[in-house]
Amino acid sequence: MAERFAANARIHDGAGVIDMSGELDGGAGEQLQEAYAQAAAGAERILLNFAGVSYMNSTGIALVVELLARARSERRPVHAFGLSEHYRQIFEITRLVDFVTIHSDEASAVA
Amino acid sequence: MTVFSQALRRVVRRGDRAAARPLPDESAVTLAPAPAVEIADHDPLIAFLQSASGPVDLDELKLDSAAVRELRVAGVKLVVPLISSGELIGTLNLGPRLSEQEYSSDDRRLLESLAGQAAPALRVAQLVREQEAEARERQRMEQELAVAQLIQQHFLPVEIPQPAGWSIEAFYRPARAVGGDFYDVLERPDGTIAFTVGDVTDKGVPAAMVMAATRSLLRAAGEELGDPGAVLARVNDLLHGDIPSRMFVTCLYGVLDPRTGSLRFANAGHNLPFVRSDDGAAELTATGMPLGLMAGMAYDETEARLHQGEVLLLHSDGIAEAHAPDREMFGIPRLSEVVAQPREGRGGVIARVLAELERFTGPGWEQEDDITLLALRWGGDAAQADGEAAAAPEVLAEFQVPSEAGNEREVMRRVAEAAGPAGLAGERLEKLKTAVAETAMNAIEHGNHNDPVLPVRVRVARQAHDLLVEISDLGGDRPIPIRETPDIEAKLRGEQEARGWGLFLIQSLVDAMQVDTDQGRRTVQLVMHLEDENDG
Repeated sequence: MAERFAANARIHDGAGVIDMSGELDGGAGEQLQEAYAQAAAGAERILLNFAGVSYMNSTGIALVVELLARARSERRPVHAFGLSEHYRQIFEITRLVDFVTIHSDEASAVA
Repeated sequence: MTVFSQALRRVVRRGDRAAARPLPDESAVTLAPAPAVEIADHDPLIAFLQSASGPVDLDELKLDSAAVRELRVAGVKLVVPLISSGELIGTLNLGPRLSEQEYSSDDRRLLESLAGQAAPALRVAQLVREQEAEARERQRMEQELAVAQLIQQHFLPVEIPQPAGWSIEAFYRPARAVGGDFYDVLERPDGTIAFTVGDVTDKGVPAAMVMAATRSLLRAAGEELGDPGAVLARVNDLLHGDIPSRMFVTCLYGVLDPRTGSLRFANAGHNLPFVRSDDGAAELTATGMPLGLMAGMAYDETEARLHQGEVLLLHSDGIAEAHAPDREMFGIPRLSEVVAQPREGRGGVIARVLAELERFTGPGWEQEDDITLLALRWGGDAAQADGEAAAAPEVLAEFQVPSEAGNEREVMRRVAEAAGPAGLAGERLEKLKTAVAETAMNAIEHGNHNDPVLPVRVRVARQAHDLLVEISDLGGDRPIPIRETPDIEAKLRGEQEARGWGLFLIQSLVDAMQVDTDQGRRTVQLVMHLEDENDG
């Protein structure tokens, strides 16, 4: 029933894009970290693509925080796009927006 | 005493008759253990050894003792008592010396010192074994408990029908040992409501299985026959001979026509139901033998009529037979008084009964038996009749899910299904969904510790201009710790754990949140105002 979480890394114009899909919760940690490692190996900037994420909960947010902490220690800027209005609000409530630059789509995120 | 005789069964004997052969080569000597000799608890040898001051020569012992005779037959010459903390915990039994000489005083001193050291070690080994056996027994009991709970939970209704103008509410809380309570409420094709509360004698898996069978038989008979008396008679005949002797089922079965308030019920030895009206509380009488005891019983039907604002309350033994710390019993008269009380504050008759029970039993009460309450109340305006201005909440959905990781999505989905038609939409519906998923996740993980036999119960209701979502677990009376606002910077610096967002999110997303704990059940209520939607 639950949509499996998947995270894949690709390079777009010198940025490491992590395309996520499915349900982002506590079980997504390993895949997210792997995708991050791949993206970080080929680029400096990290772009998180939330367009395919159908559900996110607090344990998923904790994983994003972990990823941000890792990027911060490596001095990598992190951007995000594809967030629904609801999850954008949640990013605001949790003040994640202070540490991730949010864009409406991939084109503006890459620019 | 068992420990004692077990220890004595472990008889150690050095050498046997073969040792008498004149063979100096020790390696060729067979050192087989002697046959175990059991010493009865009451044998005089035990009292003798308990007070003996060292190794005892069996040949010189003049005791009328079966054990002494047996030991002699087994070839034992010397018995060295093993005493630990003044208690005889075993003996060291020796055959004749290999050299065929008598045991010397040096030998005896050596044996006595050996026994002095061996005894505490043996005692420790015995204690370890006992503890292991106890741990295995505990584990077995816990497994049985889990199975019983699983069966019982499975056979309780997930949703309770709510006929127009009525509020039907059930409360069920198993005791730790899990008795055999059950209840059921079904809407029949003709629009009437069949309801039952029952109690299987005995506890654990056997009771749970009989409960499951009874509930299914009641459903089947109810569908076919309809008349309460006939239903009980049929189920009684089917159960009789099929359930273990000394086990039986008390049960009250009734049919209500919600359009007229007319009520017919029959009783198989169960507690009588109460009706609360303006005149107070009264028991409705109906008698009959419990199910499964004797075949061919007939059950009289009682007819009654409920009026607007009146409540019918069914209950199981767990309430009336609960004890206060001073062993006073709650009792039917006290229950009757509570039922008769005018309504005060929030909650219906079930909440009042539970509150009074909690007050009576005091804190830290270990629930003795399953508790089941079923209340059928006519009229949303009953609340006004009771002197409360606000309308009673209209229940939009009621269900439960097992406490398994991931089921918070199921809760979220079903709450959204109910909340949508109530007028919550768009971003506010999304907010509620996330808050519901987080609350359900807390209930599953922290309240019920991911134990799938424990249900997370959910109720969605509309009250005036509020949508209420209640999510409850069996997390006990521990309040949910209200965490301080998570500090993202501290989290990013690794000074605060990455998790810990749940409660903060819930509070941020809903219009109001409150936590109630009531006797082991913890309920988080989320409130979303519906006016915003109407305005927009």
